[in-house]
Amino acid sequence: METRYFFSDMSIMLGRSMRHIFRSMDTIFTVAITPLALMLLFVYVFGGAIQSGVDNYVNYLLPGILLITIASGIAYTAYRLFQDVQRGIFERFHSMPIAHSAVLWGHVLTSLVSNAISIVLILLVALLMGFRSPAGVLSWLAVIGILALFTLTLTWIATIAGLSAKTIDGASAFSYPLILLPFISSAFVPTDTMPTIVRVFAEHQPVTSIADAIRALLSNQPVGNNLWIAVAWCAGIMAVAYVFAMRAYKRRVLGR
Amino acid sequence: MTDLAIRTKGLKKSYQTAEVLKGVDFDVQRGEVFALLGSNGAGKTTIIRILVTLLRPDGGTASVSGFDVSRAPEKVRQSISLTGQFIAVDEVLTGRENLHMIARLRHLDDPRGIVEKLLERFGLTDVADRKAGMYSGGMKRKLDLAMSLVGNPSVVFLDEPTTGLDPEARREVWEMIKELANIGTTVFLTTQYLEEAEKLADRVAILHEGRIIVDATLSELRKPLPPTQVEYVEAQPTLEEIFLYITGKEVSKKGGN
Repeated sequence: METRYFFSDMSIMLGRSMRHIFRSMDTIFTVAITPLALMLLFVYVFGGAIQSGVDNYVNYLLPGILLITIASGIAYTAYRLFQDVQRGIFERFHSMPIAHSAVLWGHVLTSLVSNAISIVLILLVALLMGFRSPAGVLSWLAVIGILALFTLTLTWIATIAGLSAKTIDGASAFSYPLILLPFISSAFVPTDTMPTIVRVFAEHQPVTSIADAIRALLSNQPVGNNLWIAVAWCAGIMAVAYVFAMRAYKRRVLGR
Repeated sequence: MTDLAIRTKGLKKSYQTAEVLKGVDFDVQRGEVFALLGSNGAGKTTIIRILVTLLRPDGGTASVSGFDVSRAPEKVRQSISLTGQFIAVDEVLTGRENLHMIARLRHLDDPRGIVEKLLERFGLTDVADRKAGMYSGGMKRKLDLAMSLVGNPSVVFLDEPTTGLDPEARREVWEMIKELANIGTTVFLTTQYLEEAEKLADRVAILHEGRIIVDATLSELRKPLPPTQVEYVEAQPTLEEIFLYITGKEVSKKGGN
């Protein structure tokens, strides 16, 4: 393998994708618009009636909004991958003397960067809406770490979709259930009032531990086990998704 | 080093139950323009995908520039380029950026100089800073070909390069292939157009039901047929000639039949 050039090849791939992102800023807005609308709706319409147990509801719901943002952002990761495979761009790169893994990792890295841009956008609006955090640098780093891990996990799921979809719509449809997942969790309302079955699901699905961990970190509350449960969920799902993504990659791109 | 640019022996490939290649043998000499003919689904693209290291054969061997495609794929990739059936340009990047990206990925010295030369050679200088997505089909194909020639690969694979092009663009692609042949590049071409093979190829092979059933030079192919008879035929201009005449493009002398 031409691993010699892995990093320079990947930086060229990343540069290419970043041009894509900055030349179609509308994708960033498309990704951010739904979470932004939800945030406005929940804070200014439903918020007054929700007993979240904290004074500032923006602080309560922000982690869930950030997770929804990432879940809708990775639809574009799948879309970009699908386009590259469909148009023969993968074939072109793979018949050249370059590090093959750089092509796929370029997409993964792009997914991280583009989602980071959307996240910053959401955070800025949240600040305008009264979001405040007493968290220190370490807590913020931990939050960034969790968000990056969550993005990476969903990116590998998006990779499976992008590489195995038959149509462009199929490539991004997988993200809808992921966008809904935060609603059946502690992200918007505490789980206490939910019917038993829903509550059991809500309390034991990954989004709850991830949202709770981020919320605790941002409000300087004890994080407890949530952080490790969140990391374990992400790592576990990512490992499985990675295996299937590689399988889809071999089948679709390498024709094996 | 041998004089062979490409050699396949007993090449086999199946997809699920369908046996597409049942033992394909052929040689391509250095500097030759080799046209592989065959109907849709005959396996032309499968052969190309094996030769450019995208696909592993189930059986048999294939070598390009003296290197085995399965054992030394990196060496093979150093000396080849692929222009696939579908135009593989990045439509969001400009023509110049597309070429520059490939030049950098090939780790060439002076990528800018190389890009400028190619833009000029393909008549793309004026549109170099426009997004490739805005190009016409013919221009996209030219950019696609230009991207394949970055770094002067010694063996160029063209998979149905003129399918879907208008007559004018097709002629330009033909001219470009002739130029490649003139500078000694080996060209491996697949096509459905017999006329195209006739105009360009030194050697023609026909792939049929998984095997090469004909492999010969054009003059060898013509031999079994009765000698050329000179007849007076009142030739009507073809619709293509009329089209080119009206749109102001002179039919090239050697081009018209």
